[in-house]
Amino acid sequence: MEYILLIISAVFINNVVLAQFLGVCPFLGVSNKVGTALGMTGAVVFVIVLSTMVTYLIQIYVLEKLGIEFMQTITYILVIAFLVQMVEIILKKISQPLYQALGIFLPLITTNCAVLGVAILVIKKNYNLLESVVFSAATAIGFGLALIILAGIREQLELVNVPEGMKGVPISLVTAGILALAFMGFTGIVK
Amino acid sequence: MNQLQNFTKGFIRENPILVLVLGTCPTLATTTSSLNGMGMGIATTFVLIGSNVVIALLSNLIPDKVRIPAFIVIIASFVTIVDLVMQAYVPDLYQTLGIFIPLIVVNCIVLGRAEAFASKNSVWSSFIDGAGMGLGFTVALGILCAFREIVGSGSIFGHKFINGDGILVFVLAPGAFIALAYMIALVNKIKKTSK
Repeated sequence: MEYILLIISAVFINNVVLAQFLGVCPFLGVSNKVGTALGMTGAVVFVIVLSTMVTYLIQIYVLEKLGIEFMQTITYILVIAFLVQMVEIILKKISQPLYQALGIFLPLITTNCAVLGVAILVIKKNYNLLESVVFSAATAIGFGLALIILAGIREQLELVNVPEGMKGVPISLVTAGILALAFMGFTGIVK
Repeated sequence: MNQLQNFTKGFIRENPILVLVLGTCPTLATTTSSLNGMGMGIATTFVLIGSNVVIALLSNLIPDKVRIPAFIVIIASFVTIVDLVMQAYVPDLYQTLGIFIPLIVVNCIVLGRAEAFASKNSVWSSFIDGAGMGLGFTVALGILCAFREIVGSGSIFGHKFINGDGILVFVLAPGAFIALAYMIALVNKIKKTSK
């Protein structure tokens, strides 16, 4: 039950993009088409869960053991960059179709602040390993949900006559704002 | 390009938030009140200047193939410095900005300037570039903050000037998206008409 609440809270109520503003750059960047949004979602779920797991273990068994928690930022970003590279290389070797689908998004993920953000958040919130994995997966799904909805709306927006100055980023931001407003309706479901 | 132009390009022509649309995450998240936005702007400016200078100094020593990881390590070091200094001297601000201080590492503006400018230019002009970009970022944050605070809660720098509440939505998440959207739209419009 606890975990179900954790999932609902991370996906809907504290949606990573719309309520916490993590990962806004890729949210605006790859939300042109539903297809690419799906690919990005897959890659993000994969990388967030993996990197949260690894950074969590490093935090417990290396940083805290040695008493060098202040090295957190440097260590995490290096681990994430390294992991993304590894995943890319391994995928290329073992699964061509998966690489074709996710490959181009992988390099972009290193600078997705949601990845580093979730890794730091689970430490701040004192989650255990299982909670961290569940939380990171739910957060990534929340990111994907917001991304796919926005992509769907933006596909429709292309058919609409948007005022000159509002074209491109501004109209996407307004759409995201209205989406965030809608997601605020979930507030209060979980205490 | 002379140094003055180099300094001022970050304000309008290449403003990181309003024109290049980089670093939107901290922009949206930290602009709930003027003080937060200013703090975030200054912290980012410090990291930008520091990393730009060090990268410009080391650009001949860093092999081309590993330059991105090397840049990230340098940037992360400066972020750690900011993190520790803020924790020690402005604990309140540190608490409110929270996770967004370590997240300066993945702010695309910092790595963007390192890659596009500091790795190819002299130390002095990299310093100027970092300062200009950082100030441009801070100013854009300041305007967005001021707007959200004035409209959203009827106050500026925490001083209230109306009775009752403002339009609350502008302090909350959706207002951030909408306010930034209209700011960018305005800049687009100004750029179109001045051409």
